[in-house]
Amino acid sequence: MNTFIVAALLLGLLALAYQLGWSKSRALATSGGTRVHSRSQYHGALVALWALIPAVLILAIWAFFSPGVTRWYAVSQIPTDVLTSLDQIGLNQQLQRIRDLASGFGVTGDVQPYEQAAGENLARFQLLSFLIMIAAAAGLGVLGLWFAQRRINPRLRARNEVEHAISWALIACSAIAIFTTLGIVASLVTEAFRFFTYINPLDFFFGTVWAPKFSSTGTGDAGQYGLLPLLAGTLMISAIAMLVAVPIGLMTAIYLNQYAHRSVRKVVKPIIEVLAGIPTIVYGFFALVTVGPFLRDFGASIGLSISATSALTAGLVMGVMIIPFISSLSDDILNQVPTALRDGAYGLGATQSETIRNVLLPAALPGIVGAFLLAVSRAIGETMIVVLAAGNAPILRGNPLEPVSTITVSIVNQLTGDTDFTGPQSLVAFALGLTLFIMTLCLNIVALYIVRRFREQYE
Amino acid sequence: MSDTTFASAAERRKLVRAGLARRHLTERLFRGFGVLAIVLALGFVALLFTDVLRKGIPAFTQSNLHLAVTYDPELLKVDPAPVQAAGQSDADIRAALLAWERKVAMLNWNTVIEAALRKAAPEGFEIDSRQILTIAETDARHRVRQLFVENPDLLGQTVEVEVLASANADNWVKGNINRDLGDAQQQLSAPARALIDFFVENGTITQGFAWSLFTNVDSRSAPASAGLLGALMGTFWMMLIVIILAVPLGVGSAIYLEEFAPKSRLTDIIEVNINNLAAVPSIVFGLLGAAVFINWFRLPLSAPLAGGLVLTLMTLPTIIIATRAALKGVSPALRQAALGMGASKTQMVFHHVLPVTFPSILTATIIGVAQAMGETAPLLLIGMNAFVASVPATPIDQATALPVQIFLWQGNENRNFFEPRTSAAILVLLAFMITLNAIAIFLRSRLEKRA
Repeated sequence: MNTFIVAALLLGLLALAYQLGWSKSRALATSGGTRVHSRSQYHGALVALWALIPAVLILAIWAFFSPGVTRWYAVSQIPTDVLTSLDQIGLNQQLQRIRDLASGFGVTGDVQPYEQAAGENLARFQLLSFLIMIAAAAGLGVLGLWFAQRRINPRLRARNEVEHAISWALIACSAIAIFTTLGIVASLVTEAFRFFTYINPLDFFFGTVWAPKFSSTGTGDAGQYGLLPLLAGTLMISAIAMLVAVPIGLMTAIYLNQYAHRSVRKVVKPIIEVLAGIPTIVYGFFALVTVGPFLRDFGASIGLSISATSALTAGLVMGVMIIPFISSLSDDILNQVPTALRDGAYGLGATQSETIRNVLLPAALPGIVGAFLLAVSRAIGETMIVVLAAGNAPILRGNPLEPVSTITVSIVNQLTGDTDFTGPQSLVAFALGLTLFIMTLCLNIVALYIVRRFREQYE
Repeated sequence: MSDTTFASAAERRKLVRAGLARRHLTERLFRGFGVLAIVLALGFVALLFTDVLRKGIPAFTQSNLHLAVTYDPELLKVDPAPVQAAGQSDADIRAALLAWERKVAMLNWNTVIEAALRKAAPEGFEIDSRQILTIAETDARHRVRQLFVENPDLLGQTVEVEVLASANADNWVKGNINRDLGDAQQQLSAPARALIDFFVENGTITQGFAWSLFTNVDSRSAPASAGLLGALMGTFWMMLIVIILAVPLGVGSAIYLEEFAPKSRLTDIIEVNINNLAAVPSIVFGLLGAAVFINWFRLPLSAPLAGGLVLTLMTLPTIIIATRAALKGVSPALRQAALGMGASKTQMVFHHVLPVTFPSILTATIIGVAQAMGETAPLLLIGMNAFVASVPATPIDQATALPVQIFLWQGNENRNFFEPRTSAAILVLLAFMITLNAIAIFLRSRLEKRA
């Protein structure tokens, strides 16, 4: 209800300010035939800005402080002898009763006289503070409106001022991206440092045992947090994924780019790109219920023991996920190789495959390496497939047929639904996140640099 | 002399011929590899979709139980419902109603269900009451009770009620569980299984479209009635936040960087930064959300608000990059014409350049939203994997999201029942994705033609 009043007030103020500015400017332009610097819309917009910004500021301040002030007032209405007898939970219940009385909903049971009085006072206080706030916002808005519309004269550079405001708004939008990165770095670094006050960084980065003891939370025993088993699992799965994705993705790109008829390309390319749009949780489920059991049965039939959830399962499915990523990036890059190189090779009598292997691919190599690195970074940061299909066994071993665990899996395991970040058990997630962030950041920067250089080379 | 030249030429030709055969073979092999790669890639797409479809489609039908429920006054001993007296406060009448409902809830409604089931069973069928109750889903009694709470006049009457059969009964009917397994490995007792088969034959149990999948919230105690409504609403709120925040911020940011920003060190850094953000693993955004939005700003845990903000930050780079590319592609002639007519730079951008890029921005937005919709990992870190059995009415209520619901269901112990349910949920998610992408493609082709 209150929100609607406020919104209606703001909208009314906006419309009024715009209309006043617009009509005043209009009158100037039509009456004397004077040349006005800006068009009427800009005068209207300027007045609207002047009216709206102070009002919104007042509302924002009120929204920020009002819960605290209201609570303080309600507490002050409870008699001291009652107040001293209440603990925190009792106080909150008491405040809720007073609020229910104030809102007219009422409470069950007997109402103490002081509660009744407090409820009435609170209702009055809420109404009064709301009215004061509305009056202040409206008053300041009208003041701004009056000031701005007084300024309107033929020489006022209203357009420039409005455009200035617009450009500030745009700068604020761009700042969000910077703040996101800063927020990521700041939150990861501070929480990771808190983790390193519990655990020696050397034990973390070079430890070979991962055993975070959840049961011992709060006791002195913190468990062991060796990164190496997780890192090994992450790299093993990424390597398997790359073994699947690079040959298939690259050959797909080459075939579609060089051999395929245009109609074939038009059909096949979007279908393969469908793979990129499928959510990773779907791949994870597919790996868990279909690929894993299939590999296990297949292994059993040739006398090989393959776990249903293993590095192989997760890696294979992740490879499928990355195929479109590699193929569309490589396709772009092959498109950028100048046709002169290709025609030259044909002129010397090379077959199509010889041209591709000896001319096209070497020329496109830097770009393809960039695409490869981007794909590796994506594989390292992939979460849901490994959470479901890698088996969550943080043990350092080299057999891809056994369950493993990865950095991302451990982040999910250590942090789901836990937010007090009191012990190393949950803080370790941030140290892992920092490791992951730095690894992917390095890969991305190198890859983006290579791809950019490659583009410039042929432009 | 000419002889030797001729001989060596013939030799060379032979050599080239021999080489040519080899080279053509490599050519064919190379081409074959290309075709193989495409067949494999297409095969994966086909395999994935057929697998999910095969598993998921049966879950869209569900076993319903048609019972004639008698509200027998012998079984249900309860006072009439209270009515608001004059002068009674709202709080008091609510307390009285709640007390009455509590009394109604305390009644043993299982006896009513059991009586209805026995009535449908053949005369003299021997089965104990615990076993017969395993046929109906445990929430059947809530449904029957709710009908009574809404209409207390039902006491003494008999009404036809359609309730869900239990998850185990559904498995048995559909053959999700091996019928030849021994009694020890079956979820249901032998008499219950026989009775279910009888019910299927006489039409007490029928297969119907599983509306519960869309009209119910998640449930642990009554797996057959577990639905996606809560998750769908959670996803809806998050996507609303993403669209409201990410589109203006992303487009504004792109306009500034592409049109207004001076070429300097700073804008270079911003550019690299945005490209990097686009490639940061999603789980890192989850960590950011846990540390900043939950722990620092104290936003409510498991709420679509926090999830929506995290997904907004993830979607921003996609929209910024796509919008910048679109702005770059606008022909310089358009800009110069606008400037030549005396438009200011802001007017040129907002009145002439931006409208032309509208189709690309729209497509980028839809694709970004589709991506955000399928994202799971960051939501796990901000507590959206909590079990929530209610529909979030506002963005600050506890909620879950569609992909997270899939994650939760795939871990359910009743695998025979939840594997198809999970696949069905995946089909719902994929249907949303495909619809969004199809809309994007359709809009782009339509709008580009007009532009």
